[in-house]
Amino acid sequence: MAGRTIRGQVALVGIGETTYYKRGKSPDSEFKLCIDAIRNACADAGIDARDIDGFSSYSDDRNDAMRLSSALNLRELNYSVMQWGGGGGGVMAAIANGAAGILAGYCDTVVVHRALAQGQFGRFGQAQDTPVIPGEYGHVMPYGVMSAAQLFGFRIQRFMHEHGIGQEALRAIAMASYHHAQNNPRAVMHGKPLTEQMYDDSRYITEPLHLYDCCQENDGAAAVVLMSAERAAEITDRPVYLLGAAMGSAPQQGAEAGGISYHNAPDYPTANFKTLAPKAFAMAGIKPTDIDVVQSYENFTGGVMMAMIEHGLCSPEEANEFFVPENLIVGGKLPLNTSGGNLAECYMHGLELVVEGVRQLRGDSTSQVADPRHCLCIGGPLVGPVSTLILGSADTGPTTDGGVGA
Amino acid sequence: MSNEELESQWVLPAGLPKPIPSSEGLGKEFWAATLEHKLVIQRCADCRHWQWGPEIICRACGGEQLGYESVEPAGEIYSWQRCWYPVHPALKETVPYLVVMVELDSAPGVRLIGNLVGDGQQSLAVGDRVTALFEDHPGDEPYTLVQWQRV
Ligand SMILES: [Zn+2]
Repeated sequence: MAGRTIRGQVALVGIGETTYYKRGKSPDSEFKLCIDAIRNACADAGIDARDIDGFSSYSDDRNDAMRLSSALNLRELNYSVMQWGGGGGGVMAAIANGAAGILAGYCDTVVVHRALAQGQFGRFGQAQDTPVIPGEYGHVMPYGVMSAAQLFGFRIQRFMHEHGIGQEALRAIAMASYHHAQNNPRAVMHGKPLTEQMYDDSRYITEPLHLYDCCQENDGAAAVVLMSAERAAEITDRPVYLLGAAMGSAPQQGAEAGGISYHNAPDYPTANFKTLAPKAFAMAGIKPTDIDVVQSYENFTGGVMMAMIEHGLCSPEEANEFFVPENLIVGGKLPLNTSGGNLAECYMHGLELVVEGVRQLRGDSTSQVADPRHCLCIGGPLVGPVSTLILGSADTGPTTDGGVGA
Repeated sequence: MSNEELESQWVLPAGLPKPIPSSEGLGKEFWAATLEHKLVIQRCADCRHWQWGPEIICRACGGEQLGYESVEPAGEIYSWQRCWYPVHPALKETVPYLVVMVELDSAPGVRLIGNLVGDGQQSLAVGDRVTALFEDHPGDEPYTLVQWQRV
C-alpha cells in the first residue's frame, strides 16, 4: 500500500441531517428520514439529488440502494457498497469506500447515508430473547453477558487494570460530550448539562461503565455527499478533503464482535486501531500532533480512550493526566466530540461525527475550534472491522502547482 | 438431587438461553464434555496450538487435524464485570451478578467466560485464583455450564 494515497483527491461537499429524536420518537419512517437527510445534504452541496450516482453505507443499513435510487429518480446508479460489520466500526469506512469508487472511476457523486428509526424496527442494542444461542455467543450469553456494554466491558476493564487508569478518565470523555452538547441546539441532550457529581452518582450499567459512559439510542438520519476534488472546486469554495483513511482489524481479533474467539484475541485490551492508525497518518502525510480536533465514536467512553491512545494522541501512561475535561473541550489541548457525539448529540451511529468534522473544518461548529486544519474521525472502537478518517480543511487540498498541501 | 434442588444452586436463574454448537457443529465436543464435568479445548495435532473459540482450521498453522484435549479446570481471573443492569427479563431479581473471564492454567492464552459463584457484591480482582464448577441444567436436552469459584 505504501505510496498510494487518497490524500486530497476526494472532497466532502455536502452534509445533511434530520431532526434528532429520542429512541422510538421519530414521527417519520426510517426510509423517510433517510430521504430527508440525503436531500438536505444535496441542498447543502448545491446539487440536484438526481445527480447522485452512488450510495455507500454500513452496519446493514436497511435503506436499500435500489429503493433510494428509484425514489430519488437517479439518472444512473453506478455504485452501491456496504461495509461489513454490524456495529459502528464501518462508519468511517463508508466514507472511504465512497471515495474509492470515485477515484476508481466507477461513479462521480456518492452519498454516504445512515438512518435509524428504532420505534419502527426495534432497538438496535437490545439482546435477543431466544431459547437457544449457537456458536460463538453460546459461550458468552448463557452467563448473562448479552449487551454491548458487557461484551466490550471486559476489554475496557482489562485495559484500565494494566495501565492503572482511573474512572475519572472515562468521566472526562462523557463530560466533554455533554459540555459541547450544551452549545448545540440540535443535540438531544441540549439543556441537560452533566456534572461530575451526576456522573459519580449515576448507576453502574456494568462495572466499570456508568450510565453516562454508554451511548444513547436515537432516531434520525445523516448523509454526506462526496465528489472528486476537481468537481468540488467547481461548486464550492470551502470543500473538506479526505486526507487519509484506513479500515480493518489487527490479527486474530475474533470471528464475531463479543463472541468467544473475540475474547481469546492474543492482543486483548485493544480498541483495534493499532494496525489502522499508522496507515491513515502515513496516507495523510501528517503526525498525531497535527490533529486539531477529534470526533470519536462513543459506544462506550472506555473505547474512546483506548482508540485515542492507539492513534498516538497520548500514551497509556499519560492517560490519567490527559483525559481531564479541560483538555477535551474547545479551548483545551485536544477538543473531542464537539457536537456532543453519540453520547449527547445523537446516536446517529457515528455519521453525525463526520458531519461535525465537516462543520469544524468549514468553521461552522456550535463549539468551534480556532482555525482547525486536521480533524480525526474514529469509527467503532472495540469491534471489527473498525475504521478511521483524517479530514482536512480547504487549504489542505490540491495546490495550484498540482501538488498536495500538507 | 432433584431438579428443584439443582436449580436452587444455579448462579443465575432459569430463563437464560441454552448454549448449542454452531450450525457447523463447532463447540459440540466442548458441550458434550461439560455434561460429564470435564473441560476440553480445541487443539491442533500438527502444531499443538490451543485455540478457542473453535474454528474449522488451525488459526496458527492452517492445519485441519483438530481435536479436543482435556485441560485442568483451573485458572486466574483475567478480567471481570459486576453487572447491575438486567439485560434479560430473567435477571431482574438477580442483579448485581459477577461475570469473570478466566485464563486457564494448562492452556496458555485460552480464556473462558462464566459467572463467579457467591455474593454478587463480593470484592474480586484480576489475578484471583479460581476453579471450575460444573452447573447442570437437566431436562429433555440437558446441558452444563462452566462456572467459577474462588480457591
Ligand atoms: Zn496448527
